[in-house]
Amino acid sequence: MNEHIVKSYESELSQLDRKVVQMGGLAEQLLGQAFEALERRNPKLADAAVTSDAAIDRLQRELEEQTIGMIARRQPLALDLRQIMATLKVAGDLERVGDLAKNIAKRALAVSGESHPKTLITGLRHMTDLALRQLKDVLDAFAQRDAEKALEVWRNDEQIDALYNSIFRELLTYMMEDPRNIGLCTHLLFGAKNIERIGDHATNIAETVHYLVRGVALTDDRPKGDKTSTTLIGTS
Amino acid sequence: MDMPVLSTMRSDLATRLKPEAEAKIVARDVNVFYGDKHALKSVSVDVPDRSVMAFIGPSGCGKSTFLRCINRMNDTIPICRVTGKIEIDKQDIYDPSLDVVQLRARVGMVFQKPNPFPKSIFENVAYGPRIHGLASSKGELEQIVMSSLEKAGLDKEVRDRLHDSGTSLSGGQQQRLCIARAIAVNPEIILMDEPCSALDPIATARIEELMEELKENFTIVIVTHSMQQAARVSQRTAFFHLGILVEEGSTDQVFTNPKDKRTQDYITGRFG
Repeated sequence: MNEHIVKSYESELSQLDRKVVQMGGLAEQLLGQAFEALERRNPKLADAAVTSDAAIDRLQRELEEQTIGMIARRQPLALDLRQIMATLKVAGDLERVGDLAKNIAKRALAVSGESHPKTLITGLRHMTDLALRQLKDVLDAFAQRDAEKALEVWRNDEQIDALYNSIFRELLTYMMEDPRNIGLCTHLLFGAKNIERIGDHATNIAETVHYLVRGVALTDDRPKGDKTSTTLIGTS
Repeated sequence: MDMPVLSTMRSDLATRLKPEAEAKIVARDVNVFYGDKHALKSVSVDVPDRSVMAFIGPSGCGKSTFLRCINRMNDTIPICRVTGKIEIDKQDIYDPSLDVVQLRARVGMVFQKPNPFPKSIFENVAYGPRIHGLASSKGELEQIVMSSLEKAGLDKEVRDRLHDSGTSLSGGQQQRLCIARAIAVNPEIILMDEPCSALDPIATARIEELMEELKENFTIVIVTHSMQQAARVSQRTAFFHLGILVEEGSTDQVFTNPKDKRTQDYITGRFG
């Protein structure tokens, strides 16, 4: 791709990319930190995670202002227009990822005094690792303008959904076994749901990357694996 | 709050939902030479009826040259030679038996710089219908003049000063007068060669609004250097570069997802 005749336009566009990548890095870090706080029952780490979400929010606001300003000043077209719109959307998704991760950290604070059943935490750890991998891959796809890689992320979300389904069932079983588990299990269930939602945001970003690179929207229905909202799980 | 000058947004959807319009102008393998210079190279394109088509491209790319082929304006340049075929409603306009004066009545033209005749506003518009014998009485001529001024959105502004000189109007009004003059002979096609480049944004918006209305009855082909203008007013866009028609497609597609790298580079300001 040739460079813009107007150099300041070129540097504004590359600055957008840098900020998205930076935001993505922070979101990944926040999710990792929040989960570690939950896993290790470490309130200090949880506090740190809650605070660091502010940096993500700030970057999102900056990106929003910058993209709106660029639309007004540059009247972007074609690839530039797609990049600016993609930036705005991806920044919105990453901001939500930050919020969801922060929510996990808050729940980690709430349950820091309780002991967790090991198998549950292992399942959640696995989910978190998958979500982190998805985030990393989709951000790479964005930075490298790689539509194929984005499609891969888009398809892989099913794995997170499947894990979420099994954790959901497992948590219900614990709650049924002993009502004293309900408090802890509810927090863990919301935590799992948050991770599942983070996976959804990664697929949103994947769709945006696909549009950015190819110029056409992904119209196929994504394979959806989360059945928990449409299934009633009985006690019998 | 004033009424917005542009109604493009509201009617755009309706236009785009219309079934594919039939081609009004069909050009095939058109080549233009100015002496030894090969200015236009094998251009083939269809211009749909009752719509706006924009030609864009850097200076000297051949877009105006091609526009001028559509009403045979290039005939007036002695060293200019045109080959290939251009049809309007399936009629070959380079057929030697064709009356060029009649052709130019069917294909009106509006230029970059408003060029009213140094005559009254009324006479500017009445001139065409009169020489083409379109009015059988004075009353009929007046009717043609008034309805042309109305279609060009100028009637209210000049109603009380029809006998003032055309050159006494503002630039934007002069350009609309030129459009009224083109409309007065009841053409089917209006060619516009950068019609807004000498106008301020408000006058430009008025012309763009006018194009939006005119395309209900006329086929409009516009050459413009403003990418935003092409994006706003046209349904189809053709990009010319070095005498070649590089890419032609729906305006939405060309401006969001151009297929050719040269188009992408040009519209995003990357041309070296």
